[in-house]
Amino acid sequence: MLYSSIGYYALILGLGISLILVYFSIKNFQNSSTLNTKILSFTFLQFFLVVISFACLIISFVLSDFSNETVFNNSHTTKPLFYKIAGTWGNHEGSLLLWLLVLTLFILIFFLKTKNQPLKYKLLTLIFQQIIIIGFFLFLIQTSNPFNFIFPTPEEGMGLNPILQDPALAIHPPILYLGYVGSSIIFSSALAATYLNLVSKVWASHIKKWIIASWVFLTLGILLGSIWAYYELGWGGFWFWDPVENVSLMPWLALTTLLHCIIVLEKKQVLTSWVIILSISTFTLSMCGTFLVRSGILNSVHTFANDPERGLFILVFLFSLIFISLFIFFFFHKSSPNNSNSFFWLSKETSIIINNWFMMYFLSVVLIGTIYPIFLEVLSSQKISVGPPFYHKLIIPFLIPFLMAMAIGPKLKWIKSNIVDKFYLVLFFAISIVLSFLIVKKFSTNLLINTILVSSALYLFFITLRDFFIRKYSNISQNIAHFGFSLLILSILLNNLFSSEIITNLKVGETFTSSKTKIVFKSINQKQEKNYKSIIANFSIENINQKIEDLSPELRIYNQPNIVTSEADIKTTLLSDKFIVINIVQNQDYFNVRYQVKPFMLWIWISVIVISFGGLLSFFKKEHEK
Amino acid sequence: MYGRKVKLRFLFVVIIFLTLVLTVFLVLKSLEENVVYFQSPSEINSSVELNKSKIRVGGMVKKNSISINSNEINFIITDFKNEINVSFTGAVPNLFEEEKGVVAEGFLKDRNVLSATKILAKHDENYMPPEVKAALEDK
Repeated sequence: MLYSSIGYYALILGLGISLILVYFSIKNFQNSSTLNTKILSFTFLQFFLVVISFACLIISFVLSDFSNETVFNNSHTTKPLFYKIAGTWGNHEGSLLLWLLVLTLFILIFFLKTKNQPLKYKLLTLIFQQIIIIGFFLFLIQTSNPFNFIFPTPEEGMGLNPILQDPALAIHPPILYLGYVGSSIIFSSALAATYLNLVSKVWASHIKKWIIASWVFLTLGILLGSIWAYYELGWGGFWFWDPVENVSLMPWLALTTLLHCIIVLEKKQVLTSWVIILSISTFTLSMCGTFLVRSGILNSVHTFANDPERGLFILVFLFSLIFISLFIFFFFHKSSPNNSNSFFWLSKETSIIINNWFMMYFLSVVLIGTIYPIFLEVLSSQKISVGPPFYHKLIIPFLIPFLMAMAIGPKLKWIKSNIVDKFYLVLFFAISIVLSFLIVKKFSTNLLINTILVSSALYLFFITLRDFFIRKYSNISQNIAHFGFSLLILSILLNNLFSSEIITNLKVGETFTSSKTKIVFKSINQKQEKNYKSIIANFSIENINQKIEDLSPELRIYNQPNIVTSEADIKTTLLSDKFIVINIVQNQDYFNVRYQVKPFMLWIWISVIVISFGGLLSFFKKEHEK
Repeated sequence: MYGRKVKLRFLFVVIIFLTLVLTVFLVLKSLEENVVYFQSPSEINSSVELNKSKIRVGGMVKKNSISINSNEINFIITDFKNEINVSFTGAVPNLFEEEKGVVAEGFLKDRNVLSATKILAKHDENYMPPEVKAALEDK
């Protein structure tokens, strides 16, 4: 009760401070050359208030204070403490409060860390950021107040959806949000720089750090979500082209493009308009993601209970932001008069532009696949869904030139370049083709396309590996990130090619036999845990070379809410994952069993970590140089 | 004679334009081939021609309709006006239960039988396909 009130009033005060901050910033912007110290104090105070508000929500969750509606809807007394805390951001209201927390934290860091930049630029960035913050304050207070009271106070809460009670999902939203919200700083700063005509090399090297940081968080956030989906949803895969996955991929694609462009801007003072457009679209896409997920428009497993009013609010907010940014872009952006921007065909600039084309193509494919069903439903009330074949067909063929360009591009020099190391480039290409043919030849279907795909991924793999060891091209972070990407594509391809799956229905004691595998359903036992009852099934699986493996997948029957979840049992080795998941079909003796052998699964996760590590290195490298 | 720069810029614009055209063409073609339509049992029942491509059928799993043997699961999807029999081989999701919402993806054998390749159920215990909700409210 008490904490809810404190939290609520902290939010109201925070909104008030936003208005004060905008007022002071505008005043300071107009007539002063020194920073008004009040601005810094107020920024800090605002952050502090949101922290209090967030802490109050956490405390309400920990104390199971069911007079708070959010707690009532998403918690339960028998829930373990860890998930009581994680439940704070496992729901709509709490997750928005987390957005706001990160927003205020980031603007504070921005203020403290940004030196050597004009005062006006800092103030203007603050103003734009405060506009976003005000939007979120209003959204929270108006449509999704996390501190609503319920009277009379219920005895017991509704519980947290059990599929969310998972360590990976507890840290997935905060990490993802750090990425999303980081893009808001890029957005505000790009607008401020455009307005003041500051888009320059200096600005580029300053904002680059924010881009890299957001990119690393976004990458890791997506990774965590993907790992979670792999073992918790039991669909036996890591990416399903589900709309909610797509909305996190879209800002990632835009941000990755921006990451490459900003390097060009930093070095060459070209592509200024393009960088601004990308900065705007990255944040807009992040907002779009929030809108699509929260409005419940998307037909997806992630859309939980929803409210059209919220969707409308975000939509209006989103369009105002787009409108403001386009207005500033068209009226204040001056393309640089600097005419040194010509470059030759074979140069780093060209290769980065090629990267941009591909990324934009991938982005538009994902965008169309995600929103086309929504438009069609609105226009013709026909319900459709766009499945993985659509994305695969459109994206996979273009991966081939993309991977090749990724291998050769970084070797080129600025302005004008020759291809060096021609011998090695050809040699590695030949090796890749032969190797991949040997790998793929067992599969008669699509032999050609698979060979080319695997060989282009292998090609990038070899080239980046060689560059890493000879260190001829000093950009180690780029090298590592590209190497990670080749590893990712390679693992995904091999994973797809060599995965095998058995789905069958078995009773206890029965045995399934196929030419390669024998699955024995030995027994089941039951266990009572604090907030769920678990049924553990014991399987022993014998594969072709007579190796016997014991796997014990689990079914959890949660008490509140009364939901059954499957916990897959996964045996992970360096080379492959053995994955088994069971399900029970109502009141029947049969268990639905899904057994999969998934090669190189571990490497998919590792490669994404390698990619982010590349980004991380570049983040710290800059820090030391200066 | 135009300068090198002008020529380059012209070529650049042409390439961008061609890429755009190609992209739009590819995307539209692929959409046409890979879109899965969503239909309710009633829509299927009243349709003039059977949809030969993959479709999704949504509704509620009828009470006492699930039967299972070692390689197949059979059940009935209903929207309380019409029904469709579904035969399915594959993995079922957790929230697949009688009297709960379900979406089955697969091919129609005839007006009353769907051979499903995928079963989707929502991960929210209160979820119900909108059509089913509407049908329930009509009753």
